[in-house]
Amino acid sequence: SVQAHKEEDNPQKTMEVNGLTPVPHSYDYDLIVIGGGSGGLAAAKEAAKYEKKVMVLDFVTPTPQGSSWGLGGTCVNVGCIPKKLMHQAALLGQALQDSRNFGWQFTEEVKHNWMTMTESVQNYIGSLNWGYRVALRDKKVTYENAYGEFVGPHTIKATNKKGIEKLYTAERFIIATGERPRYLGIPGDKEYCLSSDDLFSLPYCPGKTLVVGASYVALECAGFLAGLGLDVTVMVRSILLRGFDQDMANRIGEYMKEHGVNFIREFVPIKVEQVEEGTPGILKVTAKSTTGDQMIEGEYNTVLLAIGRDPCTRKIGLDKVGVNINEKTGKIPVNDEEQTNVPYIYAIGDILQDKLELTPVAIQAGRLLVHRLYGGATTKCDYVNVPTTVFTPLEYGACGYSEETAVEKFGEANIEVYHSHFWPLEWTVPSRDNNKCYAKIICNIQDNERVIGFHVLGPNAGEVTQGFAAAIKCGLTKEQLDNTVGIHPVCAEV
Amino acid sequence: GTCVNVGCIPKKLMHQAALLGSALKDAQHYGWNISQPVHHTWSVMAQGVQNYVKSLNWGHRVQLQEKKVKYFNIKGSFSDPHTVRGLTKAGKETVVTADNIVIATGGRPKYPTDVAGALEYGITSDDLFWLKESPGKTLPSFILYVSLECAGFLTGIGLDTTVMMRSVPLRGFDQAKKTICFTTQQQMASLVTEHMESYGTKFLKRCFPTKVEKLKSNRLQVTWKNADLDTEETDSFDTVMWAVGRAPNTKTLNLETVGVKTNSETGKIIVDASEATSVPHIYAVGDITEGRPELTPTAIAAGKLLAQRLFGQSSELMDYDNVPTTVFTPLEYGCVGLSEEAAVQRHGSDNIEVYHAYYKPLEFTVAERDATQCYMKMVCLREREQRILGLHFIGPNAGEVIQGFALGIKCGATYPQMMKTVGIHPTCAEEVTKLHITKRSGLDATVTGC
Repeated sequence: SVQAHKEEDNPQKTMEVNGLTPVPHSYDYDLIVIGGGSGGLAAAKEAAKYEKKVMVLDFVTPTPQGSSWGLGGTCVNVGCIPKKLMHQAALLGQALQDSRNFGWQFTEEVKHNWMTMTESVQNYIGSLNWGYRVALRDKKVTYENAYGEFVGPHTIKATNKKGIEKLYTAERFIIATGERPRYLGIPGDKEYCLSSDDLFSLPYCPGKTLVVGASYVALECAGFLAGLGLDVTVMVRSILLRGFDQDMANRIGEYMKEHGVNFIREFVPIKVEQVEEGTPGILKVTAKSTTGDQMIEGEYNTVLLAIGRDPCTRKIGLDKVGVNINEKTGKIPVNDEEQTNVPYIYAIGDILQDKLELTPVAIQAGRLLVHRLYGGATTKCDYVNVPTTVFTPLEYGACGYSEETAVEKFGEANIEVYHSHFWPLEWTVPSRDNNKCYAKIICNIQDNERVIGFHVLGPNAGEVTQGFAAAIKCGLTKEQLDNTVGIHPVCAEV
Repeated sequence: GTCVNVGCIPKKLMHQAALLGSALKDAQHYGWNISQPVHHTWSVMAQGVQNYVKSLNWGHRVQLQEKKVKYFNIKGSFSDPHTVRGLTKAGKETVVTADNIVIATGGRPKYPTDVAGALEYGITSDDLFWLKESPGKTLPSFILYVSLECAGFLTGIGLDTTVMMRSVPLRGFDQAKKTICFTTQQQMASLVTEHMESYGTKFLKRCFPTKVEKLKSNRLQVTWKNADLDTEETDSFDTVMWAVGRAPNTKTLNLETVGVKTNSETGKIIVDASEATSVPHIYAVGDITEGRPELTPTAIAAGKLLAQRLFGQSSELMDYDNVPTTVFTPLEYGCVGLSEEAAVQRHGSDNIEVYHAYYKPLEFTVAERDATQCYMKMVCLREREQRILGLHFIGPNAGEVIQGFALGIKCGATYPQMMKTVGIHPTCAEEVTKLHITKRSGLDATVTGC
């Protein structure tokens, strides 16, 4: 492919050699996807099914600490996948404790080896990176490990690791460049702090960790680090899990606190200094109260920043082609067909304004977009009632409205909230927290008591929530819920 | 009753003990420094389980008291249509009369009648959960879900376990079992038993026992006929457990005297849609009723609705359709609705579409666990709307996965609606919303990558 493009002047011939029909207007490609993550790859593979000439450009700018990764995007490399595996490692630590009550005998205190876990996780991720490259090859999608940016209408420049630049043209483009973690903008943040981009491949145990932030990323990481036996503190500026149901968010926080995670509330770090070099070293963090003048200091081996993610849209030449972005957030507004203000340029995934930042949403959007572009379909991506799960030590699954937004939209008098605590059977014998797991459904009284919100806090929350999301999609009402017999004994029957 | 004392509850807890055994092995891959193999002590587990069950017994007594329900620990039988006569353990007699009577005496495990020594030397699930000492090398006999579940957790805690089966897995003798989604679902049953075999449970297929004798060592010698090879074989075991079906507890109730009709074949009480027996003010709910699934949640729901109808609050009848359930074998199997066979029988194979997939739970990857039998299928009507008739799932936490989808099916869920539902990532359940390969196409149904 590289050789073919060096010649550059007869793209037509190249394509005929590959057995594909020529691209209109002599563009190099029918479709170029910028970003090889969940959304980008799904769209590219789908387009290839329609025998379109597709190229995927994927490039990872290394983190300030030097971390980088292969094809697949955030989810596979530094998101959902390693997160869930490390969460599983922490859950297994708990299982070890429980197992004694169930008759398993071992007297020693079991310790965790960070390197063993991280190597296994990275090996699995490596197999996924490889799998994606093979899949693209099999489907005849051209993949280049290069940084793509627009340089003019229908034209992008791809720059690889060695700095070699190439120009490509396409009839259509899909921007799926995703996001990267935000830094605080304080002294020492880029030099000494880690982000989730670094954590999952860290070649040494992070030790005593300060997690800055209250996003699901912050709480999930703090959760599994504590579960592996590390001393963890979370520094929160104001509330936990902004945008999520706050009652559930507080329960999650309470649970983490009771299980050994320290919380420093209403403080923000103002500087990070290195006390001692090492892997890990020792860092000193100075923080200021958000409600007064109080200052505190603390020493940690690792500081993990999880204060939010910023879209990768500012340096990809969008101004050269006139694609509008929200100047404040960097997000791209699109219509309900994922089209930007430039008709031949589309966008999917985390970079979209006012859409959920979830892998399955990006995949769904990408596939449906391609079906509409090349398959004559009209189905649009349904962004309503998308379920999600936060994999904190006590998992939280949700679909639909939070209690606050339901009250706001429908009025308190028009909604009914049914709720219950429950004690998973598996927690009885080891005498684990008997009043922490909780479930609630929010119903719209005026619409036949339709279930408009589902929230569950408990083990396997994702597995539990998925089916309920399908039921909500079918217009589930309270009566239908009452008429459905439970499976016994499982958590979901609550 | 059964569920709390010798059924669902202790079963799930012992299943959990076995799952934790697997978790211990997985933990090593995830970085936990635990030396293998880890040994299991039956008595610690049994005590933990038994203590919890006793707390539930106590809880029930307290609840009845709080709700001012009079509780008699007596064995009751009818002396006339409105009178129940009961005997305490000590033989003291109590007589109670009532306006309405509900029979909910459930069932008890059967013993095989044609095997010498079965009663003297074998145990049943009624005994298993209360053993103080490990059952050792065990032979649970015959294939009902009880047998597979017990064999599963016994293997999981490290015991040498063999299952003897006369015919095919998960077939029940009771007519009622036909209403449960898994009884005719051959494919899923095979996957479940395949997994158990790879997990260490031994199966003696197409064999049936002829006698059980006690040896001088106190072990049990079992003799059986192998129908395939037409041979007779023997082996010794510490425990022989019968799981050959459950018989309704009706014999000592004196039902004939008051005219309550039972099914001559099964012995179960015949009821109508309102749980009424052939005698107007006598009702029956639960495992004892003919043609109903033998499941705790249906009994509970039916009982509650009956009480609501009797005392004027409602006219709502119990809906026995699309009752979801789960078999808690080492690799769990959850299902709701029709089996593939039942759907074909009812609608014809040309009118149904089966979507299926083999998937790998993320947690199995690092743990290097075999996911060959992790599988799911959705049976739909083929015509335009594509209503879902049945959903079957084999994998971890099958019960948690299926419950929500059962709600969807109750709402008349269709395949397009399922496809519109966005998945939660990464879970096993999300694969249900991504099913797209049909059996009809013959294509490889293995899920590949994100």
